Formats: sequence, structure tokens, C-alpha cells
Amino acid sequence: MIFNNIGYYSLVFGLFISIYLLFFSFFLYIKGKSNNDLNLNIYHFSLIQLFLVILSFICLILCFILSDFSNETVYYNSHTTKPIFYKIAGAWGNHEGSLLLWLLVLTLFIFLFIIKSKSQPKKYRLLSIFFQQIIITGFFLFLLITSNPFDYLFPTPKEGLGLNPILQDPALVIHPPILYLGYVGSSIIFSSSLAALIENNLGTIWAKHIKNWVFVSWIFLTLGILLGSIWAYYELGWGGFWFWDPVENVSLMPWFSLTALLHTILVLEKRQLLKLWTIVLSISTFSLSMSGTFLVRSGILNSVHTFASDPERGVFILIFLFLLIFLAIFIFFFFSKNIEQVKGRNFYWLSKDFSILINNWFMMYFLSVVLIGTVYPIFLEVITSDKISIGPPFYNKLLIPFLIPFLIIMSFGPKLKWIKDRFEMLKLYKILFFFISLIISIFIYEKLGKNNLLISILILAGIYLFLISLIDFFKSKNNLSQNISHFGFSLLILSIILNSFFSSEFSSNMKIGDQIEFENKIIKFSKIESKKGSNYNSIVANFTIEDKNKRVTNFFPEIRIYNQPNIMTSEADIKTSIFYDKFFVVNLLKNETYFNVRYQVKSFMVWIWISTLLIALGGFIGLVKKIR
Amino acid sequence: MKKNFTFILLLVFFSLSFIILYLSLNKVETYVPKKITNKNIIKFSAQDLFSNQEVDFNNLVVKDKLTIINIWASWCQPCRNEHPFLMKLADNKKINLIGLSYKDNNKNSKKFLDEYGNPFSKVLVDKDGLISINIGAYGVPETYIINADKKILKKYIGPIKKENYFEIIGHANEIN
Repeated sequence: MIFNNIGYYSLVFGLFISIYLLFFSFFLYIKGKSNNDLNLNIYHFSLIQLFLVILSFICLILCFILSDFSNETVYYNSHTTKPIFYKIAGAWGNHEGSLLLWLLVLTLFIFLFIIKSKSQPKKYRLLSIFFQQIIITGFFLFLLITSNPFDYLFPTPKEGLGLNPILQDPALVIHPPILYLGYVGSSIIFSSSLAALIENNLGTIWAKHIKNWVFVSWIFLTLGILLGSIWAYYELGWGGFWFWDPVENVSLMPWFSLTALLHTILVLEKRQLLKLWTIVLSISTFSLSMSGTFLVRSGILNSVHTFASDPERGVFILIFLFLLIFLAIFIFFFFSKNIEQVKGRNFYWLSKDFSILINNWFMMYFLSVVLIGTVYPIFLEVITSDKISIGPPFYNKLLIPFLIPFLIIMSFGPKLKWIKDRFEMLKLYKILFFFISLIISIFIYEKLGKNNLLISILILAGIYLFLISLIDFFKSKNNLSQNISHFGFSLLILSIILNSFFSSEFSSNMKIGDQIEFENKIIKFSKIESKKGSNYNSIVANFTIEDKNKRVTNFFPEIRIYNQPNIMTSEADIKTSIFYDKFFVVNLLKNETYFNVRYQVKSFMVWIWISTLLIALGGFIGLVKKIR
Repeated sequence: MKKNFTFILLLVFFSLSFIILYLSLNKVETYVPKKITNKNIIKFSAQDLFSNQEVDFNNLVVKDKLTIINIWASWCQPCRNEHPFLMKLADNKKINLIGLSYKDNNKNSKKFLDEYGNPFSKVLVDKDGLISINIGAYGVPETYIINADKKILKKYIGPIKKENYFEIIGHANEIN
């Protein structure tokens, strides 16, 4: 009750401060005395704003911990029997709470931006604050008008309706916050690049300063995608790591754009080229992040993120998103004339700059494929009311052929010098590596007996990049962060290919006592037991798998029936080892004597997670080095 | 010149995207997890709220009436919102409205019916919620429309709204 009110009024005051800062920063910008520090009020009010949002977030968490069902959000998403850990996580596992978290990160980041940008020109900082406060005001309004987390309910219900049990998973507790850090980081890049464009401030110094923010968003976005993927694998029991599900795609699209930006910003820093392109990438990264939020939250995409969808909310985000896009387009076209291009600077074909440019072309290509695959079904449904769904074959066909040259360029591009490099004779070890990769890929090609030449060439390119980046990793110490990330990427590609080739699946309907042979192993369904958890009942099936050497492995997949709300979930039993995962999941069939049994051996699953972690780690090392 | 052209092209493109996304918003369909309509309702028996006697649901289905099961609870907020519609449905002679009290304290259930009125011809008690799970419910309130052959014609997840009310009346009028 009391926390409910505190939380609500902190938000209202936060909105007032936001509007004040919006006008105040613009007023100071127009008045425009340069070369002195920011007005102290801006520091103070940003800090108060941050404090208010934190306070309101803490209040929401307290409402959840105390199971205060007079709060509507708590009523719909919590239950007294829920473990305390998930009560807390319930605070941001729903639509209202997750938007409050967005807002929290927004206000935190703008405050950090203000204290971290002291070396930058004053007018540029004011303008960045102005743009950022537009976004913050928008989110405050969105929260208070359409999705207030502190709506009051009377009479107070005795019990809540529970949190969606598929959202009760440790990976999911941190998945949204991490992803939001990435998304919101891109809003800072958006605001400051528009400010830099207007102020004609695009140069080495600005690039150095904004690079930190690009790194921060990129690291969190990478980790956020990884966590989402881990969640789908372990909790949803989908039996894989990536499904080209629209909701997965909307987090991947800003990643492509941000990765392109991460590379382009280096060219801007070193050579003062690609100025406008940097702005375009900044705008598109943020717009894609916002579109992701729009598509998931509005319910246009039906998916595992089962938040209540409400067309009114969708309309609000949609209008807000397009206002920002139009604002960005207008600013871009009116002020891009001012940017003078440095004369006489071109790209030489054999240089680091040019290879980064090629990287950008590829990223844009990957981005457009995913964008079309995601948006096309929506557009088609509106125009012709046909329902189609675009699946993995579309992406495989369009992405794989382009991945091959991408990997090859990635294996030598990073080692070229800036501006102009000389063509060197191939070193012995490179030729050696090429032949090693060739032999391995021919071996794989023969062994699989698949007449798919394209995949074999992809394996060749993947192994070559792997070997080259492995050598770089040990040889050159001066660019550790890039080496780790690129090495991680080659490992990721290889793991994905091997995973898709060496995985096998068994699926059948079995009843208790059944035995079925599968690839020289005997799968036996011995019995079922029932078990009681804190807020669910479960049926545990006991399976044994005996291989030809009489070694027996036990599996205990579970079916959980949650009390509140009544949802059945399948908990896979996964045995992880270095080279493969054994994945066992059962589903209840309608007549109840038979169970649907799925047993999968997935090669190199762990390496997919490890390699993605390496990619993010590379970014992290780069960031630490820069801040030092 | 070239720049202006790109500018206009972008504006047109984004305006079109806006319109299409706006239209698709109104096409949002609610997601019903499992299709259970057109199937027979399961056999079950439960205690009567008032007489405490075991009642077989089969005996409650009447030939010339539309049977409606409404799963509700006194602690459920949306159930209060739909209650007026249930009261109105109870007035219809072709409708046989049966309540299933979900995970509720009997005292509270009775108090709720005293306070808001009792639209149900019979109220059955589902103390541990198992019957509701077996019927295929996902939460409270939920409403099932069942014909004389014990087939589920329709399922409403969440509170009954005005348009659902008229739909149910429509189903009832089809019975001669």
C-alpha cells in the first residue's frame, strides 16, 4: 500500500524533472555561451531523477516480496507460494515492470553520460541531454499512461495469479536486464550522434568518446542474446539454440547494426572517414532496438514472451518510435550538408579501412536478410491476409553463401595496415593452414556423404579462420580484445556447423516398460514417479539408455504442473560434456498412457555458449583498456 | 537533387511502414494455447457447495438446454467484473449455468454469492483445482459452452465481456 504510493509518485515527479530538463537543456543550448562547464542544476536534477526511478523500482520489488495484491501488477504476476527469488524477479518479468527497468537504465545511463563526457564541448553535451530527455519523457509517459506498474486494486484479492512458469528460470532473471543495458546504451549513441551531427563535432575526439558507449551496448547486447538462447535451450526444451523465431531476430538485428558501428567507429577515429555512415548506423541501431521492443510488446509477434498484449500500448510505442525516426531523418538531411568531407582521402583496396568497409557491407546484407524474414510475414498478412512463416531454410539459403567470403576476409582483413598496405608474399604457415583446412573439410565431406559442396566450403573457410585467429591469439599481444572476439567468432561458426551435422535425434511415443533400439543403444522407459515442488507438482519419468558396451545412463525428464497459473511445462534432462550434450525430454499425450519421448545428442553445444562468451569477453577487454 | 530524392523516398518508405504496422496492430489475435473446442467434456464428479453431496456432472447436462460451466473463485478480481453478465444469463430459460468454484474456501464462496447474487443452478467445488486442469483451464475465470451431446462448443479465457454475452445468447437461441 505505502510502497505502492511512494513508487507511483516518484514516477510522477520523475516525469516533471524530465520535462524540466528537456526545456532547460534546450534553453541553455540556445543561449549558447560556450567554454564553460555545464550548469550544476543539470547534474543535480539528473541525479534526483535517477534516485526517483531507483526508488520506484525498489518499491515495486518490495510490493512483490510482500505479496501486496492491492497492486495489480503483483496480483497478475505473483503468488504467495512462489519462491522468494522468483518473487523478486517477477518485478521485471512482466510488461509494466520491465518497462520500469528500461526507464531505470535510461536514467542511469544519461547520468553516467553527463559525468563521463566532461572533456566534450558544452553545446554538444547539452544537445545530447536534450535528445536523451525526449526519449526519457516518452518512456515516462508510456509507463504512466498505458502501463502503470502501480495500479491499485480494491478490494484486495487474497491470492495472486502467479508468474508464467516458463519465466521461472535463473537465465531469464538476468536476460531482460542485460538485453536492456544493450538496447538503452544504443539510445545514448543515438542522442549523442545526432548532437554531434548538428554541432559538426564528428571527428577523432568524438569517436574516441562515443566508442566506450558502443562497446558497452555491444557487450550487453551480445550477452543478452546469449542468455535468451540459453533459456530457450534449457527451459523451453526446444532442443536447439537458435530458431529464427521473430523475437530472437529482433534482438539480432540491432546486433548486426551495432557490430558494423563498432568497426566503423575505428575508421572514423583513425582516418576521419565514414562520418555520415556512422550517424546512419547509430540511428538504425537505436531504431531497431526500439522496433524490437515494439514488436514484442505490442503482441504483433506471438511468441514465448507471453506478456499481456494490448493494442493501445502498441499504438503508443509505434507513434513514439516513428516520431523519433522522422526526427532523426529530418536532422540528418538538414545538417548533413555542414559536414565537410576530408578531401583527397580515399580507400585503398588493400588496407584495414577497406576491409572494415567490406565488413559493413556484409553486416548490412545479413541485417537485411533477417529484417525481410521477420517483417515480410507481418506486411503480407496486412496486405493480403495470407499467413506465412519464414523458417530456417530461407535464412540458410541466403546467409551461408555469403558467410564464406565473409570468413575469408575476416581471416586477413584485421592484420592489414591502415591507409595502405603492401601485398606480401604468402607466408608458409598460411599455405600450410589452408591445406590443413582443406584436408579436414574434404574428410568431413567424404564422411558425411552429403553432396552439399557449399557447406564443405563453409567448413573450409571456418577452419581456416579458426587456425589463423588461433595463431594471432598467441602471436600478437597488442590487440588482445580483437583477437579474442574474432577467435570466438570462428569457434562459434565451427561449433554451429558441427552441431548441425553431428547431432542425432530420436523421437517416438512410448509407454511405461517399453524398449526401443536407437543407433545401437537401447532406450528403456522404466517407470514414473510423482514429486512435489514448492509451487508445482511434477511427474518424473525414469529412462535408461544402454549402449553396446553395456554402459547405462539414467535420465529423469520431468513434466511440471504449476499451481498458479495452471500450466504444464516439460523440463528436459540435459547431460552436458565437452563434445556433446545429451538432451532428453518427454511430453504428455492426450490418452495419458503414452508419452512422447525425444532424445537428442547435440554435438558441441557447450562450445556455442563458450565461443559467444569469448566474443563478449573480447569486447570487455577492449572496454577496460580504453577506460584505463 | 539526388539528396532530396533520397530524403523523400525515406519519408515515404517510413510512412508506409508506419501505416502497415498500425494496421497490423488491430489484427492482433489472442493466442489460445490448445484447441479443445468440438471435443467432449471429460467425465467428472464433485461436491456440491451447499449440500456437500457428490454430484456427477453427466447428470447435470439437460437435453433442451445449453450447459455453461463457469470456473470462478471469490478471490478472483476479474470474476467480479463478469458477474453481472452471469446474472443476466441465468435469467435465460434455455441456459443451465453451472459454477465450478476453483481452489476456494467454501465459506468465502458462499459469502461471495450472498453478496453478488447466485446465478448458478448448481455450484460444484474444485478444492485442489484438478478438475479444472483436466477440463483444460488455464486460470480463472474461464467459461465453457457445452451442448446436449456434451461437446464443448466454445471456451472463453478470462472474464465474459459484452460481446461474449451476446454470442452465448445466440448459441442458446439456436436450441429449439
